[in-house]
Amino acid sequence: MSDNNLLKTPLHAAHLALKARMVDFAGWDMPVLYTGILEEARAVRAGVGLFDISHMGRIHLEGSGATALLQSLTTNNVETLKPSEAQYSLLTNPDGGVIDDIIIYRAADEEYWVVINASNAQKDIDWITQHLPDSVALEDWSSRTAMIAVQGPNAPAVVAELAKNAALMELKRFQYHQGDLLGATTIFCRTGYTGEDGFEIIVPAESAEEIWNALVAAGGVPCGLGARDALRIEAGYPLYGHEIDDTTTPVEAGLMWVVDLNKPVFTGHQKIRDVKAKGSATRLVGLTLPTERLVPRQGFAVYSGDTLVGHVTSGVFSPMRNHGVAMAYIAKEFAKTGTALQIEIRSKRANAVVVPKKSLLQS
Amino acid sequence: MANNIPANLKYAKTHEWVRVEGDIAVIGISDHAQDSLGDIVYLDLPEAGRILAHGDTFGEVESVKAVSEIYSPVSGEVVESNTGIQDSTEIVNEQPYLGGWLIKVRMSDASELDSLLSAEQYAEVAEAEGH
Repeated sequence: MSDNNLLKTPLHAAHLALKARMVDFAGWDMPVLYTGILEEARAVRAGVGLFDISHMGRIHLEGSGATALLQSLTTNNVETLKPSEAQYSLLTNPDGGVIDDIIIYRAADEEYWVVINASNAQKDIDWITQHLPDSVALEDWSSRTAMIAVQGPNAPAVVAELAKNAALMELKRFQYHQGDLLGATTIFCRTGYTGEDGFEIIVPAESAEEIWNALVAAGGVPCGLGARDALRIEAGYPLYGHEIDDTTTPVEAGLMWVVDLNKPVFTGHQKIRDVKAKGSATRLVGLTLPTERLVPRQGFAVYSGDTLVGHVTSGVFSPMRNHGVAMAYIAKEFAKTGTALQIEIRSKRANAVVVPKKSLLQS
Repeated sequence: MANNIPANLKYAKTHEWVRVEGDIAVIGISDHAQDSLGDIVYLDLPEAGRILAHGDTFGEVESVKAVSEIYSPVSGEVVESNTGIQDSTEIVNEQPYLGGWLIKVRMSDASELDSLLSAEQYAEVAEAEGH
């Protein structure tokens, strides 16, 4: 099944050839699964999985003032990046809300790549364009390139072998390298959204299918958006529209580690300072449901006895734990690790325990 | 999609199957249904003794992706629920017509079977839905 009104990545034909089940994701016709969400997620934890993430936006910023622009629009400190380093960061609005979470790659003093969420791509580009000085050129490279996440304990070896470049193994997390992959100019970045080691690679659109097929032949298991979501929830990573949006600040989202309040002014900094000083009434925590097979999902109410204490932002049946896990905004008095809570799942109350969201993966 | 639709069973439009064993109807969900749902992780099943009317919801099947209610294709009394598979729900994905059966109902009106679909008719329903 394929909807002609949807956008297609350069790997669309490869997904159909693999008999993927396709869904509309943010206007893109994307694979939700190939063989099964649990099987694919477990393949990433055990070996190596491949994800088409070409639907994400890739923009290029270059010119005098590019660094100052990103310093003023994002929360993390761009000046701490050396060329060939990347950082996780946030675009924030004047109210301190999160416009998007992004990865910034510094190519040179005044040259950057920025990777943005598919669902926010136009909003982000509009926002950046509004603030763009004449001296900085913004180019949208999204349709000219494809992006593949190669994730799992064996991912670095698979990528290094295919690129015939052992030095790739030495890249540290959030470092990247521009080099050759099967004759195509490729950006190899030691990043990911699964909680595993691996790379996210940006390749020319016309080389994408050949590279994807070579990665499959090298043992990479094609994984859809279902597995990607399960893995990022297990890893405690936020997703725009779930844990973060234009009305949540980095304070309650637990993202102050990517906010540098000591750098020069950035959009929303005063509001974020205020919320931080006052303290947030809610916390983003992990919840595990060790005795339940019911799946907690976004929007489900969380109770302590008869008291409504929060809502689930994301949840899934954990492929590694074999029971439900979730992230949820919980009133801070009920957000301590070890607190027993109940999630309302349709007509039932499922028992849940608060855990740090970073520890959803561990038993 | 090439789903397995055994010819000796009766089907409901809502994707349940029925195997008749005397006055007992063994009920489960079709291969097409399990395939559409994907990895099944939770099964809510009724206790023995519950009286069901044709079309009643008797439980729910939850997969990683979605939740689906299951409807009784016949009227009668639940005599057995396959509770033994509630901790190994993947059996419904692997063997929807065998180990993955859900309930057995002592039928109160066997003539209801006549209104169910044949394998051929159900194949058209499944085909039309695709995925």
